[in-house]
Amino acid sequence: MKQDDFPQGSITVIKGRSIVIKGDDIDTDRIIPARFLKCVSFSALGEQVFADDRKELKGSHPFDLDQNKGANILVVNDNFGCGSSREHAPQALMRWGIRLIVGESFAEIFFGNCLSLGIPCITTSKQEITKFQNLVNKNPNQIWDFNLKELSISNQKESFIVKLDEGAYKMLYSGKWDATSQLLDEEETIKNTVNKLPYLNHFNKQI
Amino acid sequence: MHQVKELPGGSTQLFVGLHLIHEVTSPQAFSALSEKNLGVKFPNLTVATVDHIVPTSNQQRPFSDPLAEEMLTTLEKNCQSHGIKFHGIGSNSQGIVHVIAPELGLTQPGMTVACGDSHTSTHGAFGAIAFGIGTSQVRDVLASQSLAMKKLKVRRIWVDGSLSKGVYAKDLILHIIRLLGVKGGVGFAYEFAGPAIEKLSMEGRMTICNMAIEGGARCGYINPDKTTFEYLKGREYSPKGQEWDNAINWWKSLVSDSEAKYDDEIQLDGSSIEPTVTWGITPGQGISIKEKIPNPEMLPENEQQIAKDACKYMNLEPDQPIEGTLIDVCFIGSCTNGRLSDLQEASDIVKGHRVATGIRAFVVPGSQKVAKEAKNKGIDKIFLKAGFEWREPGCSMCLAMNPDKLEGRQISASSSNRNFKGRQGSANGRTLLMSPAMVAAAAINGKVTDVRKFLKE
Repeated sequence: MKQDDFPQGSITVIKGRSIVIKGDDIDTDRIIPARFLKCVSFSALGEQVFADDRKELKGSHPFDLDQNKGANILVVNDNFGCGSSREHAPQALMRWGIRLIVGESFAEIFFGNCLSLGIPCITTSKQEITKFQNLVNKNPNQIWDFNLKELSISNQKESFIVKLDEGAYKMLYSGKWDATSQLLDEEETIKNTVNKLPYLNHFNKQI
Repeated sequence: MHQVKELPGGSTQLFVGLHLIHEVTSPQAFSALSEKNLGVKFPNLTVATVDHIVPTSNQQRPFSDPLAEEMLTTLEKNCQSHGIKFHGIGSNSQGIVHVIAPELGLTQPGMTVACGDSHTSTHGAFGAIAFGIGTSQVRDVLASQSLAMKKLKVRRIWVDGSLSKGVYAKDLILHIIRLLGVKGGVGFAYEFAGPAIEKLSMEGRMTICNMAIEGGARCGYINPDKTTFEYLKGREYSPKGQEWDNAINWWKSLVSDSEAKYDDEIQLDGSSIEPTVTWGITPGQGISIKEKIPNPEMLPENEQQIAKDACKYMNLEPDQPIEGTLIDVCFIGSCTNGRLSDLQEASDIVKGHRVATGIRAFVVPGSQKVAKEAKNKGIDKIFLKAGFEWREPGCSMCLAMNPDKLEGRQISASSSNRNFKGRQGSANGRTLLMSPAMVAAAAINGKVTDVRKFLKE
């Protein structure tokens, strides 16, 4: 849907409507079933996000409701994105239009995959998430503002304080979440590492 | 010693000593490299195979599924143009990535191992730091042989005693995940230790570490010992001669010392564990074969909703015994339980029996080497005689990115690692996870069965 405005540079504010997916332990197989991984490009995945859940709910899945079209903030529960390491899952969410995920907690690989796409996964307590989800469902047209520096998500009336791992915060703030060039800066140190690791040097080196 | 640099915010730029790739999570990484005009920095430190999409009944090229064929062709081209070693169909060394790297001796103690697959934790069985990554990180490792990684805390899981007869590594790890939950390990590496762990073979240890991720721990490991060294000796990529002696000295120096401090420690008794089966839709929803399906109302509050969802999805009644649950399909294979000892243990149960009428049962060796060794031991014949199908190596019905799938509401007894909704290829298909020997027993009786009944005969 939003093919051409993927996250870029410093991610400090995200503004938009929210969409709720309820449930703990929603795994990446559910976010994008394995049959859609048969591709050599991520480009078509946006259409297929939550494919099986949506099929089962015959049009009443949050990702199919008219009121949620164009939403870019996803609100989830506990341990979201567990299971397979497939980056296809955040890619599918991003290509559908999601730019920020708010939840009780996230699986680690999923969190890292989102970060490397410039999508913050921010957390708050179960109680706050429930409150937030209820507000969103009551008024899906509400515009929410995420502010990275303040670590808050708010509108004119309500405000939620959220948490984000310090490393992720710094990467998003500085715009260095796309790590490749940063990693390549250390070319010399990487070469030195190669030269000193015993298993890359016939076990002649002692560390 | 693998740290390249401390990154802002407490992350580490970590050097990756062994990078494994396969056809599903690498093509977009290679495309991203060419978009950025980058090459593969250390092609000799990346090794490739094809596993997820390969058909297991007929591996003639081109594959009948054009998408699968395209993925394999893409991988072949990428490996060729970047000088990466590829273990392809017909190479005699193809198989599931987490089966072939250990059996080739590529995985060794003290390494850092990364792969675009969450079950990379398997390699921790050798005392390596091994974890799954996404495609952007695959790109980063190809480009720089390093990635940004958050530091992990360590939880030691100490298992006393020894596993009883009919209880396998799979039962132990299902039991651990049940105890600690599917997100209990988030932010942790799991160190598995203690007498019951030390007694496990390397293949059993791989089963344990393989499923660390199902407990939320991106990385699981076991300190290397004599069992590790014996397994590695003489393998294709293992060090030889003087290098071997030096390697052993280095590997021994890596073991956690007795004074090591852990961020968390738990202890359990291995001898009290019984054959374990999952009844729900997360790997944490497991019970012993003697237990009843839990009543969601009786569970802790935070587990109730998912337990209700699970009962509904699985169409299983609370308070009913799991033993005796009728099944449709039996699958033995996967990176969790597709190794020689897994097939051996299952065939010991199958020998002299027949698969129950109406049950579809099949065995998918984890690699071409496993298949060959099993054939040498006559294991394939035992399965075939009993009415199992004997297939070619691949990931098969663990995740159904190939023709092996459940149909409709079918319910499987499966030696794989995930019982998520729709995981085995049918959007409403159902999965019961268990050890390969338990799958064999289920195939014979057509229902979930305590494998120990077969061992008494």
